[in-house]
Amino acid sequence: MLRFPGGGLMLQKDFRRLAMILLFAPFALWIALLVVLPHIGMIRLSLREKVAPRVYEFGFANYLDFINEPIYWNTLLRTGSMSLLVTALALLIGFPIAYYIAKLASNRTRGALFLICLIPLWVSDLIRAFGWILLLRETGVISSFLQWAGIVNQPIEFLYNDVTVIIGLVYTVMLFMIVPLVSTLDGMDNSMIEAGYNLGGNGFTVLRRIIVPYAMPGIVSGCIVVFMLTAGSYLTPILLGGKNSSWFTEQIYNQFITRFNWEAGAAFGILLLLFTSTVIWLGLKLSGQTLANTVAKS
Amino acid sequence: MYDLECINIAKSFGSIRAVDDVSFDIPSGSFFSILGPSGCGKTTLMRMIAGFEEPSGGDIKIKGRSVLGTPPNKRNVKMVFQHLALFPMMNVYENIAYGLRCNGVGNAEIKRKVHDVLERIALPDVAEREIHQLSGGQKQRIAIARCMVLDPDVLLLDEPLGALDLKLREAMKIELKLLQHQFNTTFIYITHDQSEALVMSDHVAIMNQGQFEQIGKPQDLYHRPKTAFVAAFVGDSNRWSGRVKSSDGSGGKVETEQGLEMAFTAAGGENIPEGASVEIFVRPEFIHAVRQTDADADDAAATGDNRMEGIVDSLLFNGANSRVLVRGPQGELIEADVTLTGQNDIRPGENVYLFWSSRQAMCFASRGAA
Repeated sequence: MLRFPGGGLMLQKDFRRLAMILLFAPFALWIALLVVLPHIGMIRLSLREKVAPRVYEFGFANYLDFINEPIYWNTLLRTGSMSLLVTALALLIGFPIAYYIAKLASNRTRGALFLICLIPLWVSDLIRAFGWILLLRETGVISSFLQWAGIVNQPIEFLYNDVTVIIGLVYTVMLFMIVPLVSTLDGMDNSMIEAGYNLGGNGFTVLRRIIVPYAMPGIVSGCIVVFMLTAGSYLTPILLGGKNSSWFTEQIYNQFITRFNWEAGAAFGILLLLFTSTVIWLGLKLSGQTLANTVAKS
Repeated sequence: MYDLECINIAKSFGSIRAVDDVSFDIPSGSFFSILGPSGCGKTTLMRMIAGFEEPSGGDIKIKGRSVLGTPPNKRNVKMVFQHLALFPMMNVYENIAYGLRCNGVGNAEIKRKVHDVLERIALPDVAEREIHQLSGGQKQRIAIARCMVLDPDVLLLDEPLGALDLKLREAMKIELKLLQHQFNTTFIYITHDQSEALVMSDHVAIMNQGQFEQIGKPQDLYHRPKTAFVAAFVGDSNRWSGRVKSSDGSGGKVETEQGLEMAFTAAGGENIPEGASVEIFVRPEFIHAVRQTDADADDAAATGDNRMEGIVDSLLFNGANSRVLVRGPQGELIEADVTLTGQNDIRPGENVYLFWSSRQAMCFASRGAA
């Protein structure tokens, strides 16, 4: 391209900068107003101690409460470990599905399969959870069927236990595991897999040494998204797990809404964020990946 | 002893015969090319040898033993893929070591073998490099080393030079040939590029529509093609269709559709009777173009029993491979090679005679109802 000295070039440069700013503005506003601002507010709130009605002092009492009350950090650890389990299950189930969609299905079936994966997302979380309730409650479809078939002779309650919560969560987040996996596996040349066999590898070696390492960015990115979604989910654990779910988000909700203790709620919110971030940081370190080549890529 | 024998090998996809009853055998340590236009079935054939496709019929023997039913990872046939398929998540060392690890070779032995093979491909210092740090030619050599470190009986190469630029491709042709000599392993090279096949190979098979048209040494294919397809596909040719006016079976006179008469020789051992419709091929380098006013026109006439007048239409200058396009009396364009010296050369618009020998006018009976 020819560049003319003086005004023309400057004008073009300015114009480009203006376009850049205009494009970037909504994004910056969004980040500032909906992410940064609330978090600053949360941090400020969480560092307040209530000494008398409407009298506050700066202090770490809310955080100390969390440490001194085992039920709080037990709930957080429980939420964390169950979220990890959900992530692992979603990966184990999602990987073969993604592999089938990306590598084995013909072009036409691929679109259809992707669509099928998307359908549950068209329905709101609440309706989906309600669907599970219809199926699993004492008077629900499965219990009635078992009684009708004569396998059991009294109604069974499938709701309100950990297994149900995990099943419900895995179901809810599955798509977020499958999409990044399909997109990385899609970029893998089939001849790479064939080369793996051709050079003497068996199915397991090819999977372990070629397919999984190649898909690693997708795996990590899917795991991060799924873990974040699960640890921060509220509706599914509450509806399917009831009072027994002891999900950490429930604690936060209770502090804010039921006990009207915004200071503690804010502290818990910050703690959840720190906790999930630490888990993800550890996960990235262990898998030798960076955020830039995982989430940013897929 | 043959490294590879294919006996009536066939492959159908639905109603399409991709590979149709192909038989050939390749002696140990030779460079064998399969040359054909895209879609002729050469890749399917190679995938069957590697074990990625199951043949619909026939047998494949490697070192005399049938490999039908042997999975690809148990065949001692290694393959260099079209886009090389080096593993981007491993460095050069691990790429080469991969196959050895699959075979359960010990670490010390792997180290020795990898460094040995890197030495042989003249890249001793790249072991710790990542794949994306290599140049195109280096990747090529690593892909070959990755296979050769496993001492394969046969190495398959699926158009590996296709992605390289012209200069590098020319250099790699020579290099591949040298590597093949050095490793003394049977190479089977698949390509649609005739110059790759002709330059490197000991033997070339010309494949068309799932069948082998001819197998032979590069010179034989070029000078003694057995079918019209081979004559047209290998090298350049002037091509005419016509009808035989007089013939003694192995040669005679033919009149082309444009009304041009010429003497011909029946090619490929065919017997061409009078009245047959035929295809005639004459290579540009066997046609002499001489100015009509030149004194040596009569000398040139002695070299060819076919003569034609024409006007030079254009000159295609390409150094030693320069060519003239001559418009004949019926308006058809004929290509002839010329040597351009830079002094007193033929120029567009001049009247010339074209001479060629009936021995160079290869004639094939037309296939089908022509």
